[in-house]
Amino acid sequence: MTARASPADHQLATSDNRIEASSAAPGTGASAVPPMEVAIRTSGLTRRFGDLVAVDRLDLRVRAGSIYGLLGPNGAGKSTTIKILITLLPPSEGTAEVAGLDVVREARAVRHHIGYVSQLLSADGGLTGYENLMLSACLYGIPRRERRARIDEALATMELSDAAHRVVSTYSGGMVRRLEIAQATIHHPAVLILDEPTIGLDPIARRAVWEQMRQARRAGKTTILLTTHDMEEADALCDEVGLITHGRLAAHGTPAALKQTIGPTASLDDVFTRYGDPRDEGGSYRDIRGTRRTAERLG
Amino acid sequence: MTSAALAERPNGLGKLTAPVTFAGAAWAIADAEARKLARDPTELISRAVQPALWLLVFGEVFTRLHAIPTGSLSYIAFMTPGVLAQSVLFSSIFYGIAIIWERDLGIVHKLLVSPAPRAALVTGKALAASIRGLVQGLIVALLAVMLGVPLRLDPRALLGTVVVVVLGSAVFSTFSLTIACLVKTRERFMGIGQVLTMPLFFASNAIYPIAVMPPWLRAIAWMNPLTYLVDALRTLMIAGGQSSTGLPIDFAVLIGTSVLLVIVAARLLPGIVR
Ligand SMILES: Nc1ncnc2c1ncn2[C@@H]1O[C@H](COP(=O)(O)OP(=O)(O)OP(=O)(O)O)[C@@H](O)[C@H]1O
Ligand SMILES: [Mg+2]
Repeated sequence: MTARASPADHQLATSDNRIEASSAAPGTGASAVPPMEVAIRTSGLTRRFGDLVAVDRLDLRVRAGSIYGLLGPNGAGKSTTIKILITLLPPSEGTAEVAGLDVVREARAVRHHIGYVSQLLSADGGLTGYENLMLSACLYGIPRRERRARIDEALATMELSDAAHRVVSTYSGGMVRRLEIAQATIHHPAVLILDEPTIGLDPIARRAVWEQMRQARRAGKTTILLTTHDMEEADALCDEVGLITHGRLAAHGTPAALKQTIGPTASLDDVFTRYGDPRDEGGSYRDIRGTRRTAERLG
Repeated sequence: MTSAALAERPNGLGKLTAPVTFAGAAWAIADAEARKLARDPTELISRAVQPALWLLVFGEVFTRLHAIPTGSLSYIAFMTPGVLAQSVLFSSIFYGIAIIWERDLGIVHKLLVSPAPRAALVTGKALAASIRGLVQGLIVALLAVMLGVPLRLDPRALLGTVVVVVLGSAVFSTFSLTIACLVKTRERFMGIGQVLTMPLFFASNAIYPIAVMPPWLRAIAWMNPLTYLVDALRTLMIAGGQSSTGLPIDFAVLIGTSVLLVIVAARLLPGIVR
């Protein structure tokens, strides 16, 4: 298992893509990618909660088959964007397409083609890993005769076969996360969306999860969209990243290109500091609470 | 690390998985619930305490008092179906708080992101509530036998009782889900749950006949689905039990109310994660 993508891998994924690392004004975020190649596209996407504008005219393009990282301070609007993409929250304005399908008008079809891993540890602790996967297989309409094979495959891929018949409340945080990725990919989705997939995990568990995501992408051209606060993760895993502040895309491009805009020795942390505006009143109590709850359940 | 499954994945927009069947999704949710209950039955056992108290204490005392006119039935026989209906009501009302809890854990998100029809998710929860209801039914029946209540044991009556308990559980669990989707927080739900369950219970024919009620209460009792649940159970469970409305009306009310509430809860369910 390689913990890091080889530099060549990275080059391959991004060489044909125009680099856009400058501060993007709203409406100019689109890169020149042919429509068929785009797995996720938002145009002027906006979501308000009362007076608060959580997502503000966001234009995202995620290339099919790539791993895209959404970065940004607490309360920037990452989870809200994801909720819209996975059809759980209607946008106030603008449109979003996932796998070429409109998330409002074709919500049911979108759900067939996406897998989602939430910011919380949401596998059912009272069920075994196998039972959790069985539930997902049934909800995704996998035919009865295929279920067992699919579940066994998913367990093997996520290296959970030995723990399959243990109750999930006895799993470690890393195992729960891998189980959730297995659940979210049991129907072989075109797009996999993960909200802070490695929060609270130890370095080894974290790398295992990275490897699972790379594996999913490499083998099946699955597009992966994830959010993270971990710049090392974004750098190591993502083909492209988008930095969101106050619901707007402040910068986007390959990690290498973004670092270049700051200086020759800059890290993604520097990029985050430069564009992320962390001095702002970002995360509300609600965000912190949600994050902490995840950490506790993992603890 | 092999990944045959991932390798055969269709590119981008691949073939749709087989259409998600309504029954398959609903059944899967009920099945998961059954497994959890089997693994940890403590809750089922603690829930048996309340009906036992009602039957052994309240029932025994009032049977001796002859304070409530129950026709040809002894008071304990009269109230047995009422106590069962009450435990169905109380264990079903729990589903609202459970869905809020599951929302906070992210479990509801996962259900709603799947292509399973929302009404199937709600029906699954209703079936899960029925499992609890049936366990309560078994406990109440055993207590009733111990207390010498004359139960009907012919297959038609037994089957009818099972169906009625399932329908009753569906009515009150979907009612509870609907309330939970409207109020959204545990604190508010607790308040409202308390305010609703006791009036539902007392404004019904569970522990006294409608005939003894003042007219205003009678009017409410006839609008209360619990009344029809008790009436059907009284007719089907108890030897010599008389229906005051007729079984067809009981069934029509229970089926109609559960279908309506499944539709309403399915519409409201996505709102709980916004
Ligand atoms: N249901 C809601 N009702 C009201 N405000 C909300 C709701 N959901 C999110 N918000 C607000 O919208 C803003 C964006 O929240 P969001 O959860 O998208 O941030 P985030 O980028 O995911 O943050 P974090 O990194 O902490 O997870 C925050 O100010 C948050 O408080
Ligand atoms: Mg978030």
